[in-house]
Amino acid sequence: MKRLQLFTLTVLAVAAVAAACGGNPAPATPQPNADSLAMERARQDSIAREMARQDSIRRAMEESERAARQREADSLAALARITEEVRAMLAQMINFDFDRSNIRTGDAATLDGKVGILRANPALRIRIAGHCDERGSDEYNLALGNRRAASAKQYLVNQGIAADRIEIVSYGEERPMAMGQTEEAWAQNRRAEFEIVGGGEMLVRP
Amino acid sequence: MRGLLRGGLAAATLVAGGGARAVAQDTMAVDRGVRIGIVYRPGVRPGFVALGAPAELDSVRVMIARDLDFTDRFEIITLPGGDSTRVSGSAAAPRRGSAAAPAGLNYPLYQALGADFALGLTRAGDSTVAVVHDVAAGAVRRRLAARIPPPGHPDFRQSVHRLSDQVLQATLGVPGIAATRVLFVREGRVYVIDQDGADVRLVSASDRQAMSPAWSAEGRQFAYMEFRDGRGQLFLRDMASGQRRPLAVTGRSLDFTPAFSPDARTMAFSRATDEGTDIYTLNVRDDCCLQRLTVGRFSDNLSPAYSPDGRRLAFVSTRSGLAQIYVMAADGTDQELFAPFDYGVTGSSNAPDWSPDGRTVAFHRDVGGTLQVFVLDVRTRTVRQLTSVGRNEDATWAPDSRHLAFVSDRAGYRQLWIIDIETGRIRPLLQQSGARLPAWSPRLPESAIVNPRPGDR
Repeated sequence: MKRLQLFTLTVLAVAAVAAACGGNPAPATPQPNADSLAMERARQDSIAREMARQDSIRRAMEESERAARQREADSLAALARITEEVRAMLAQMINFDFDRSNIRTGDAATLDGKVGILRANPALRIRIAGHCDERGSDEYNLALGNRRAASAKQYLVNQGIAADRIEIVSYGEERPMAMGQTEEAWAQNRRAEFEIVGGGEMLVRP
Repeated sequence: MRGLLRGGLAAATLVAGGGARAVAQDTMAVDRGVRIGIVYRPGVRPGFVALGAPAELDSVRVMIARDLDFTDRFEIITLPGGDSTRVSGSAAAPRRGSAAAPAGLNYPLYQALGADFALGLTRAGDSTVAVVHDVAAGAVRRRLAARIPPPGHPDFRQSVHRLSDQVLQATLGVPGIAATRVLFVREGRVYVIDQDGADVRLVSASDRQAMSPAWSAEGRQFAYMEFRDGRGQLFLRDMASGQRRPLAVTGRSLDFTPAFSPDARTMAFSRATDEGTDIYTLNVRDDCCLQRLTVGRFSDNLSPAYSPDGRRLAFVSTRSGLAQIYVMAADGTDQELFAPFDYGVTGSSNAPDWSPDGRTVAFHRDVGGTLQVFVLDVRTRTVRQLTSVGRNEDATWAPDSRHLAFVSDRAGYRQLWIIDIETGRIRPLLQQSGARLPAWSPRLPESAIVNPRPGDR
């Protein structure tokens, strides 16, 4: 930065000399002599040196800016990767037993993962959707799906997540994941899904 | 010996099929050779014969005969030889001298065939006249004149159904269900179908999924739920105009299973929130004044169904663990168990519907992993299983309090069926698959029977 100031001063000085020369025309034709020729050559040399120096400074600055941009791009890509990874963790579903809404032991770890994500990303807000298999009654399943979503939410709230960051909805048996009337399909359909409703543009790992 | 036994069985079958139906079961069960302990009340039904009619009234005659058959209150008797009987019977003298039989009538023959009533159809000017004969008395009992538009006219079928109901009133003195319709849901849309399976019409199309249609008591409008993004809002739809009105106090969370009070001023419904599902009421006219009837906390309360006097609500609650049928006063007080169950043994019970005569509540219950339709006797608090073949659910009462429409997969797909709880006779209502959540209309006032329009969004 200091060099830049020095350079500016130099340029100003040169400009002043040039202005003094141009702004003071001799009434008589000036007679060139050896001294003035040498002075002029020295002046031209000094301008050339200064130009060269200026070029190298500009090149250095451009180079450093390019590197900074590259670093920034690299870190943005990394952040996007992390965001995707965290989103995938957050979207991991949990499942339920038939006509039950309690969190199964195996699914507590999945929910703990979501607690970490919600803590590390305070702006993040999510929606939990409860789903059922088709064996129960159509209308009762709306209540059961709601109960499942509420049960997952309660788990997160018990771990200290603010309740107003989590909304719940129920789809009953209306949006099956797996078709067919097998125990396997039914087990897949009894689930809670997690989706981001806000603050999920850039996520960090827990 | 073996031949004798077989002959005896055949005779019994004939009696059961064409006669008194002394012991009836879920008839599909009989067809498939399944025997379970569901036995219906024995009863002898009066015989009814539909006489030949002029050719232009034949479609009317066929419809009325079918409507009367579907009442399950008569044995419908077919005359041997059809129309010719009318002509050949003219020679027969009336059995009783007091009333001379009109030409072409053969009361002794009808009586020999087991008929108590006979129906003739004639035209008189613009009117169609249904002549109801009392066979035992050998005389005309009633003449019922009706204006029936020509077949193919949009009002033709309902006009004939109304005449059928008049015939039932003139013979047995009870109101019928011929001029009624059933709402149901298929592929997220609400349809209506006549009780005889004719005229399926779309009545609600929206880009949102529809569920749980429920008639108002006078049959001019129905309520239903529209489902989007896991939330549910309640709407009213006018049958005549097709206009759709949202209930603005619903829809912020998941509101479902609407039920009109008998005076149509109040609507009870279920609301699912973070706290679980509870029953609320709202003021229909002013779209306001939410009142909460249940506070479940750790249990869910849903699917309210008004008693016909409007003073009580049957509903579903999970307070004992599995869903079971409870009852409360219409203001939410006096909540108690309604349909008894064995704790830890009886499966979950859902979807109560209170019969229009107030005596019975239909619901479905999980039996061995599938659903079956049951009825609860309100006075004695005893339950009776009605169905046993396949999965049977979401029963809805006809206005006569003896027929129920329900969803069954007994024929392979979930379709609509109708059961008569007196005889156990079952008939298909709609043979398209995927139909569900039926709601049987009240007796429809003439002005309410107009062609519903698919309507605006």
